[in-house]
Amino acid sequence: MANENASLLLWLADDALILGQRLSEWCGHAAVLEEDIALSNVALDLIGQARALLTLAGQEENQERDEDQLAYFRTDRDYRNLLLLELPNGDFGDTIARQFLFDQFSMLRYEALAKQTANPEVAAIASKAIKEVRYHAAHSAKWIIRLGDGTDESKSRIQKSIDKLWEYTGEFFMDYGCAQAWTDQGVLPSLQSFEQPWLDGVSAILREATLDIPESKWMQKGGRTGYHTEHLSYLLAEMQVLPRTYPNAKW
Amino acid sequence: MVTNVLERIKKRMHSVMDPELPFLTVMELGMIRGISMEENTAVIELTPTYTGCPATDAITEDIQKAAEEIHSKVIVKLVMTPAWTTDWINDATRTKMAKHGVAPPEGRSADKAFLLGDERIVPCPRCKTNRTKLVSPFGSTACKAHYTCLDCLEPFDHFKCI
Repeated sequence: MANENASLLLWLADDALILGQRLSEWCGHAAVLEEDIALSNVALDLIGQARALLTLAGQEENQERDEDQLAYFRTDRDYRNLLLLELPNGDFGDTIARQFLFDQFSMLRYEALAKQTANPEVAAIASKAIKEVRYHAAHSAKWIIRLGDGTDESKSRIQKSIDKLWEYTGEFFMDYGCAQAWTDQGVLPSLQSFEQPWLDGVSAILREATLDIPESKWMQKGGRTGYHTEHLSYLLAEMQVLPRTYPNAKW
Repeated sequence: MVTNVLERIKKRMHSVMDPELPFLTVMELGMIRGISMEENTAVIELTPTYTGCPATDAITEDIQKAAEEIHSKVIVKLVMTPAWTTDWINDATRTKMAKHGVAPPEGRSADKAFLLGDERIVPCPRCKTNRTKLVSPFGSTACKAHYTCLDCLEPFDHFKCI
């Protein structure tokens, strides 16, 4: 029981940590200062959420691992994040499309986690995170509309980004092995039940953006069981190099 | 005796400033959620404004040091629930914010107008006009949005309402 809770907390924590790390790569590189600051702010929120979730996961698994040990001393096969979130940033459109597709899911997931009373620790983190994620979701949705309903160039490129990333969205709703534990405990409804509300929300914004809703097709999976793309290994190498080289470094 | 120590710690907290809003104290921001004594250890409950706020560590340290001036054993405990909200910032503090050039949170957090796509009216803290424009919902720190005034043309920070 405790280990299932720890595993499921890692789903949430790793989603936040890996996307936060990816977004932080934009710091100093975005096309305009405001967006540079915005993406870095979102990254910061996500890493903050990851810290709280990893700390709780460490307590649940009861092996005396703290947030740093879980973040810096696990290998790719031990990470449980969605494949979508580890993909390289691509161009700004790819980054925004990824953010939009995930934010819409993350919002539904945190809303459900904030409402439940079966696991108060998770509810506490979720009720804090949801306030932040609503801002992220409002921001990414605005960009989708601005780019989709913008110039021919911006429209065709954001459409391409959405189409390309769509096959990674199926994984949001896959109830792998231990997901059932939280459903049984009344912490989180089955992930599959989020699919329709997510699709409704995403479709409404895509329509407003005059973009096409991709047709469902074969979906990628693997992140929740530790089968990742090669991109995650490079990301971890960069993120973990310092603590692995100097394990007790403090600053 | 115990009450006396707790009162003095509380009083001291009224002069611990937020490093990112150095004209406001942690008390004014509503970040201290409780001060109590457990077996001769003063326990101060602190709630972060944003989970990722990089100032939280510095604030924790400042609070620890300040309280240690009064009592030798101090623990600063991070509490997540109830989640921090700008509703805990009172009107006097809001006025102070505006005076220092930061537009205070408008209204109450239950008002989700911004998230539903409506832009909030955020008066310019300098010339007081309502003709202002949101530049980005993400400003110089996690807790602020970036606005610009269409009359006096000054860019300014708005303390986000959450």
